[in-house]
Amino acid sequence: MADLRLPGTLTPLFPGLSRRVEVEAANVLGAIDELEQRWPGLRDRLVAEGPALRSHIHVYVDGERAALDTPVAERSRLDVIAAISGG
Amino acid sequence: MPKTMLTVGTRKGAFLLESDDRRKWTLRGPFCEGWPVYHAIYDPATGSIYAAAASEWHGSAVWRSPDLGETWEMSSEGLSYGDEDGRKVSKVSTLARAGDRLLVGVEAPGIFESRDNGETWSLLSTLSGQPGSEGWDDPANQPPGHLGISGFVSEAGDSDRFFAIVQGVGAFETEDGGTSWTPRNRGLRRDWPAEHEEVGFCVHKLVRSADPQRMYQQNHVGMHRSDDAGQSWSEITEGLPSDFGFAAAAHPHDRDTFYVIPVEPMHGRVMHDGKAAVWRTRDGGSSWTDLRNGLPQENAHLGVLRQAMVIDTQDAPGVYFGTSTGQVFASADEGETWSEIASYLPSISSVDVAVLD
Repeated sequence: MADLRLPGTLTPLFPGLSRRVEVEAANVLGAIDELEQRWPGLRDRLVAEGPALRSHIHVYVDGERAALDTPVAERSRLDVIAAISGG
Repeated sequence: MPKTMLTVGTRKGAFLLESDDRRKWTLRGPFCEGWPVYHAIYDPATGSIYAAAASEWHGSAVWRSPDLGETWEMSSEGLSYGDEDGRKVSKVSTLARAGDRLLVGVEAPGIFESRDNGETWSLLSTLSGQPGSEGWDDPANQPPGHLGISGFVSEAGDSDRFFAIVQGVGAFETEDGGTSWTPRNRGLRRDWPAEHEEVGFCVHKLVRSADPQRMYQQNHVGMHRSDDAGQSWSEITEGLPSDFGFAAAAHPHDRDTFYVIPVEPMHGRVMHDGKAAVWRTRDGGSSWTDLRNGLPQENAHLGVLRQAMVIDTQDAPGVYFGTSTGQVFASADEGETWSEIASYLPSISSVDVAVLD
């Protein structure tokens, strides 16, 4: 299972969502879709039309900047970051 | 006296101001997790509050509270042009109830509707085929603010007939629930060249008066009046300190009484001379009176946006406006005297009012 970590801006929107979630997915989009199954509406908070990651959402897989099609390994760590934005 | 509730949309969430006498007010909030709220309304049809919000991080959604702010949910289900369309929903700008439709205006310009009180959304219209529409889907062509559809005028009981404003383009009316549209900009002033005769007008705010035939609008260049339900317009700017402003509100019982807040038309877009004033006409725009009693008259560089002034429906209507610097001012006597009822809110995008029994 991959270790996925979410920004604090996301958890208040979905009851029961914690900042660390274990997922089993082949790539980043698959991981987000797994979250969508458990918390409907969550995908739209991270993914825009395209599909593409929202412009101020950054994802890192094992420390490397990732896109939706970046592969995820069995023991990967995924960090979803709400990038510095606004004031 | 019934309870009065103001629904305030700000750059950092929604707030509620409530009063039993329109003198003493209590504040609740922030709601919507601090998301930037572009328009928050109370919907008499359902008793719910709706807030159109767009997070820099998490995109656009409509928040709703069925219990006057006690609990909130949000949804953007269906609020998308889809992966194949090429257009993106960058912002939800404005909300309105039209019969059994809850409407939300977005950028790129389009109107989505909900028939289940905000749980799910579907695309109603992009006004495609209207003059000017060939260029307005390109974000590079959008005016500052990127509002897309910047406002509606609707009737609570009529699902089919309503106006929509395309920011920087003009007003359009549908009589068949968004299937077809007609530009309603005849007679408006335009100080710039335009490709199309019927569009290319910058309608900031459109309101209907107590008489459905009588409408008013604050335009980028001038105040205007219509006596034929928006079919044609004539200018009524003379007597105001400038032809520019955003906010406007019509008296609920007297078709000739109308309120505006002129601001400096250049970059500042704040009230003139650092002195706050609301301007009122009692004769359909033939003459104007400035209302200042209780408003700051020194070093008050206040801006007020297009959704940020409203008037209630009581026999002696209350008038309210919120500023870009976070103050809310209220008058319980039709603008004769004012008081500051909130002072330190985030920058205010919208103010709506409900009179609750």
